[in-house]
Amino acid sequence: MSKLTVLVFAERRGGAIKRPTLEAIATARRLAGASGRVEVLALGPGAKGTVAELGPWGADRVLVIEDPALELYVPEAYPACLAHAAERVQAALILVPGTLLGRDVAARTAARLGTACATDLVEIEFSLAEGLRGRRPVYSGKAFERVSIAQARPAIATLRPNAFPLGEPHAARPAELGELSSPIGADRFKVRTVRVEQPEKNDVDVAEATIIVSGGRGLKGPENFALIRDLAEALGGAVGASRAVVDDGWIDHSHQVGQTGKVVSPDLYVACGISGAVQHLAGMSSSKVIVAINKDPEAPIFKVADYGIVGDIFEVGPALAKAVREIKAS
Amino acid sequence: MKVLVCIKHVPDTETKIRVAPDGRSLDESGVKWILSPYDEFALEEAIRLREAGVASEVIVVSLGAPGCRDSLRQALAIGADRAILTDEVAFGSADALTRARALAAIAKRESAELALVGKYGVGTDEWLTGPMLAELLNWPHVSGVSKLDLAADGQFTARRAIEGAIEVLEGRLPAVLSCDKGLNQPRYASLKGIMAAKKKPMDVLSLADLGLDPSELQSPRLVRVALELPSPRRSGRILGGTAAEAAADLARLLREEAKVI
Repeated sequence: MSKLTVLVFAERRGGAIKRPTLEAIATARRLAGASGRVEVLALGPGAKGTVAELGPWGADRVLVIEDPALELYVPEAYPACLAHAAERVQAALILVPGTLLGRDVAARTAARLGTACATDLVEIEFSLAEGLRGRRPVYSGKAFERVSIAQARPAIATLRPNAFPLGEPHAARPAELGELSSPIGADRFKVRTVRVEQPEKNDVDVAEATIIVSGGRGLKGPENFALIRDLAEALGGAVGASRAVVDDGWIDHSHQVGQTGKVVSPDLYVACGISGAVQHLAGMSSSKVIVAINKDPEAPIFKVADYGIVGDIFEVGPALAKAVREIKAS
Repeated sequence: MKVLVCIKHVPDTETKIRVAPDGRSLDESGVKWILSPYDEFALEEAIRLREAGVASEVIVVSLGAPGCRDSLRQALAIGADRAILTDEVAFGSADALTRARALAAIAKRESAELALVGKYGVGTDEWLTGPMLAELLNWPHVSGVSKLDLAADGQFTARRAIEGAIEVLEGRLPAVLSCDKGLNQPRYASLKGIMAAKKKPMDVLSLADLGLDPSELQSPRLVRVALELPSPRRSGRILGGTAAEAAADLARLLREEAKVI
């Protein structure tokens, strides 16, 4: 019986590996089992430095392409490297973290290899005999579809961040290093990232946060988002927003949760002054724990909330921030 | 320079999703269909490029989906010059790569130099079309463009939001750009536009025109096996008392019961 090789694309941002990549490696390890192989591809200068970090999460080998031209995202080059690595290791399955970069790389790689890509999976199984079976949210989480990639190889999937367990690292588990030559000449890139602009305040993005505090119309004005920021800070979470207040320009679109914004599944979602339009509920109702704070006891948001407080966000918000700080200090 | 705008006809975002008796498709009864919201930004950007003299013609294209003529007609009313659609039945269960192949064939046939698409098609939420189309054409692409400066010589700078930062990319046409909210403010169709749209050409292409093998459409690489509704959440608890009491209760429950803080 031939063994399964799973290739994982490691996303490096400013040289660092983030949690969605580790989730993909841990998932690859589970699918490959003890007899299969988990290969990880890391790109850019300093990629070798990830070998020690990735072994404990389940990588058997880390393939690196340390081409300086790959330091910032190159939409044409990253998929070329991933396809090159997949052919090299004869991967039957490629897992990619479902970040914005990961989705982009996975899609283009699928076209390059003439195969299929399942986007944003929240469940995955794979066998050499039956191929990929997965479950993914559609209609922004209002429904889920079960998909199958029976024949096409390698099957490609992006995994939704925070949907797969990380488990515990095995400290004694080393990964080998494999060096690949760069499959592309730098002069052939027709588009390249020239810079990455970080906002002055380094906010956690809602798409990768495990705790989100969101504000809506109940805040009455953009200046009152300070209250949401303070509560988010107390909880150690990110700031989200409803579509209504994004459309009104109170806060940038990158904070919008829901259909036409971001679909999120954090451990804790706190909705403040958000009534719960169907598009918003679609984007957050797979959160593990939901808290709703709203003046209107009939607001639809209470139907999906695990804990609700019917009250004025201007009173409850600061009181909750204080209570959270106290309990964390105790 | 011809611009191809790829649009999708999708269920309205307010649609309540119901599963059809076959257990794997959407129950379409009572569903209102719209032009996918991100495609509106793509269409608007194309029309602005034509108005600025950078683009010569705006061609809207849609694959399959019975009823996509409505969205194409709407796009013509908003300002596209002509429309292309394909065999209405054949693309129903085609996978993303097959659809991208059809779009690539149309881009080549039209000698387009820029293809604009929405960031993703609302509903299927796959995020695949733009990057796949670019790869098949051997063009570069930028996904989720929220600001675009495109000069007449084809040189462009595009900004896109990623998690917690903005990437700034530079390149040159031909290219595929997928469009995000913030790129522009889409206009509505005017009455004059609606009247004019009735006379604008709408061409139907066959599979042979696209050079696609019917067997590829009949055996998609990825298939939907089932469509399911999320399991309903158990009903929650309303915490009473003063704001301070409720807040203290909540903080304690989040720590001791839910174990999330």
